[in-house]
Amino acid sequence: MKPEKTRSKLFNRRAALLLGGKMLLLGGLGARLYYLQVVESERYKMLAEENRINFRLLPPPRGFITDRNGDYLAINIQNYRLVLVPEQAKDAGGVEATLVKLSRLIDLPDHDLKRVLREVKRRRAFVPITVRENLSWEEVSRIGVNAPELPGVNIDVGQTRHYPYGPNMAHVIGYVGAVSEKELAASEDPLLELPGFRIGKNGIEKAYDQALRGAAGTSQVEVNALGRVIRELRRQEGQPGHEVRLTLDMRLQDFIGERLKGEKAASVVVMDVHTGAVRALVSIPSYDPNAFSEGLRTEEWRALVNNPYHPLTNKAIAGQYSPGSVFKMTVALAALENGVSRDHRVFCPGYMELGDRRFHCWKRWGHGEMDMVSAIEESCDVWFYDVARRVGVDRIAAMAKRLGLGERTGIDLVGERAGLIPTRAWKRAALGQPWHMGESLVVGIGQGYVLTTPLQLAVSTARLVNGGKAVTPHLTLNHYEDAVVRPRERATFPDVGIPEAHLAVMREAMDAAVNGERGTARASRLRGVEAEMGGKTGTSQVRRITQAERDAGMRDDDEIAWRLRDHALFAGYAPAHDPRYVVSVVVEHGGGGSTAAAPIARDVLEEVLRIEGRAISDAGDAPDLPARGEGAG
Amino acid sequence: MRVRHGELRAPELTLGQKFWQVNWGLLLLVSACAGVGVAMLYSAANGEWDPWASRHAVRFGVGVGAMLVVALIDIRLWMRYAYAIYAIALVLLVAVEVAGDIGMGAQRWIDLRVIQLQPSEIMKIAMVLALARYFHTLNVDDVGRVAPLITPVLLVAAPVVLILRQPDLGTAIMLAVGSAVLFFLAGVRLWKFALVGMGALASLPVAWSFLHEYQKKRILTFLDPERDPLGSGYHILQSKIAMGSGGMTGKGFMSGTQSHLNFLPEKQTDFIFTMLAEEFGLVGGAALIGLYALIMIYGFAIAVRARSQFARLLGMGVTTTFSLYVFINIAMVMGVIPVVGVPLPLVSYGGTAMLTVMLGLGLLMNVYVHRDTRIGRRWSDSG
Repeated sequence: MKPEKTRSKLFNRRAALLLGGKMLLLGGLGARLYYLQVVESERYKMLAEENRINFRLLPPPRGFITDRNGDYLAINIQNYRLVLVPEQAKDAGGVEATLVKLSRLIDLPDHDLKRVLREVKRRRAFVPITVRENLSWEEVSRIGVNAPELPGVNIDVGQTRHYPYGPNMAHVIGYVGAVSEKELAASEDPLLELPGFRIGKNGIEKAYDQALRGAAGTSQVEVNALGRVIRELRRQEGQPGHEVRLTLDMRLQDFIGERLKGEKAASVVVMDVHTGAVRALVSIPSYDPNAFSEGLRTEEWRALVNNPYHPLTNKAIAGQYSPGSVFKMTVALAALENGVSRDHRVFCPGYMELGDRRFHCWKRWGHGEMDMVSAIEESCDVWFYDVARRVGVDRIAAMAKRLGLGERTGIDLVGERAGLIPTRAWKRAALGQPWHMGESLVVGIGQGYVLTTPLQLAVSTARLVNGGKAVTPHLTLNHYEDAVVRPRERATFPDVGIPEAHLAVMREAMDAAVNGERGTARASRLRGVEAEMGGKTGTSQVRRITQAERDAGMRDDDEIAWRLRDHALFAGYAPAHDPRYVVSVVVEHGGGGSTAAAPIARDVLEEVLRIEGRAISDAGDAPDLPARGEGAG
Repeated sequence: MRVRHGELRAPELTLGQKFWQVNWGLLLLVSACAGVGVAMLYSAANGEWDPWASRHAVRFGVGVGAMLVVALIDIRLWMRYAYAIYAIALVLLVAVEVAGDIGMGAQRWIDLRVIQLQPSEIMKIAMVLALARYFHTLNVDDVGRVAPLITPVLLVAAPVVLILRQPDLGTAIMLAVGSAVLFFLAGVRLWKFALVGMGALASLPVAWSFLHEYQKKRILTFLDPERDPLGSGYHILQSKIAMGSGGMTGKGFMSGTQSHLNFLPEKQTDFIFTMLAEEFGLVGGAALIGLYALIMIYGFAIAVRARSQFARLLGMGVTTTFSLYVFINIAMVMGVIPVVGVPLPLVSYGGTAMLTVMLGLGLLMNVYVHRDTRIGRRWSDSG
């Protein structure tokens, strides 16, 4: 009995010890549980939320762009995409069998099929894979009808930017494209990080990108361990992009595009002389901006870049041309301001001699006796050689600057160029050479170093005929600062500081150039509208005419290769007695301003006045309608 | 040692009488744990009885039946067949070892069609029976000597080595520790444990070189979970996140975000405690730990009340095996020890573990029912 008792005593003691140990261990586990769930709880709660909640950005729809009448110039169209969820396709024999069925219904290129099969291997089975984009309605319905046999196949609706007027508006509207690394680094907007997000790359799309873009919404979704979305927890809608309304008139823009059909490279600007509202801005050749938003292929891009007529350049704001005789009003105003009277007379024998050089007038046999008005009317070069020599290049340059030449006008587009108005100081700094008197003579007829853009020509002409106000151009009816919109107030432009008497001489001379007996643009007087046009032709030499050619009488442009021909220019306004619209036309290598540019300007101004007449009679029919946008001034 | 016959021998009980001797309190505690399991499995399936909760309930029901059968079989029969059961378990272990060599990779299962048998689980029970019988028959004085300890050490070493070769580190450790506890209860001197412990410590570097690559990785990941936050460390980290985010009172039944969104791995088996702690918080976790503590106390009380050494060792032995399941599982999901595949008894989904645990608890119940049965030192003595 005794050993048995010892044994049970020993057992009891040790069993009690063991139980104590177990309780201690359980206590330890309890303490650990307390530590995890109470002491460290906040940290783990945060980690748990991070685990399960994902933020998703909701891209806002991009704002539309309309013309002054509300015509849509840039819209978002639905882009039907065919997507395939691999895990759902399993029941129908897998992804490959489904693709085979699909290729019987719609056109599926081989490389698309290969890409899909590649992606299936890489992605998780519940992630939809895009099989094809830009499905037509017919294809969508064909797939819809066969949907029961195609599990896992869905039609997804995305949005693509669409430009209904295509190439006609491309230079003004621009286009959208994928975000570049540089743009991503420069912006704080998280939207740019969205795959497939597109931002304005050119034109209005770029200049007003902030306003058009809108603000992103957010969606908080709960995801499981594999990243599959379980449900949406919270959703904050974004702010859709603003509609941007332009001062452009689509009908006019279309008319000009149609009118320029026969030309290879040209640009036209129509602007309100008082407000600076641009009514039309055309540059040809153009390109299809829709190709850009759908994604351009490398060959297409290369073709655009290598095109000798430079379709990607907006020539109205970035084409720099010597203004030729269009520059003569600037020279004349500088002369008036520096004591040369309008009656200053110069005899034109067809040339002027300076030292041992002979400067020719365009009219080989000379104009005879010229004063200021007749020199502009007939575009006599010799009169301007004489005046330019008297006034000097720096005074001419100062007047050019006041009229807005040689510097950017500040129009709300990207890529505008400044042109160039030479001065003595400029030549010394840029070329390191002294100024020669002969160069002043050349500047006097708008040749040589002088470079202007078609838009600058329109702006400077507007300043001549609007009472000397320093008008600047713009393209939108409203102001957009970031995302705040306010109506554009009627700007009060500062005075250029030219006496009305001087401006009156210019109007008289430009009137005469179109309507006078000997006017260079007499053939382009307005017809069929009760108004007249004033304006000035210009022909800008692309290369020097050699003495040999002059002697041979070879002035006919038809005999010269296109790229060596003169540029044809015209800047004009209408109505002549009360100017409201200014137009500038540049036809690259078009030959003479009076034959190539002035007729275009005439047709455009006639159309402008016709459109205005219709608008007035419309307003007459419905007098209660509030005036839309800004008035014609 | 003489055994007195005839005196104070407990009256033989009929089966009906025995039935009323069943410890209903213990059965209640066990059922409570299984109930927690059913509830958590119901939640794990997002409020569906399928596929886990209903089967778990059925298995528990079958398990209770098995437990009662085990409890009512005469304890002397268990002692008589203790070595036989051990031998069968050992043969099965060898069988899976051989099959494992033929087939590829680690094999731990024997497919009996009805149930997949895991010999290492059976061995946990068989080992307790065999050691209890050995120490029951051992002379008290002999426990103090070294020579009589050689046989039981070999009894333990054989299956431990076999299981280590499978390789199943968790089960091997459980088996070794459970056996050591029996040695301790039988009265083996503490310095001998210290000696063996030191020897084991010294041989650690050698053992390390025998470990499989994945086992080494698990231990290293445990020591520094940040090593591999998406691999092995991911489980521990996600378990801690789920548990910690449960807070004091939890996120509510069926509302555990981490477990329901599958951030929590193996939520229906090894990590079910985490799910409980996430949905019911510290309160729920502590309550389950409390239930387990009560079962351990019951086990202790039953063991010390028994009259025979065999019954005492058996009772304490199976209770300890049960406790080891609890400790290892909970410590693992809390990130206290490395991830080893040990389920939470009565709560985790899984057939074999349920069977082992219910058989073990049946033996504990058996000890209670036969608490007054006297067993001779030798089988023949007990008549």
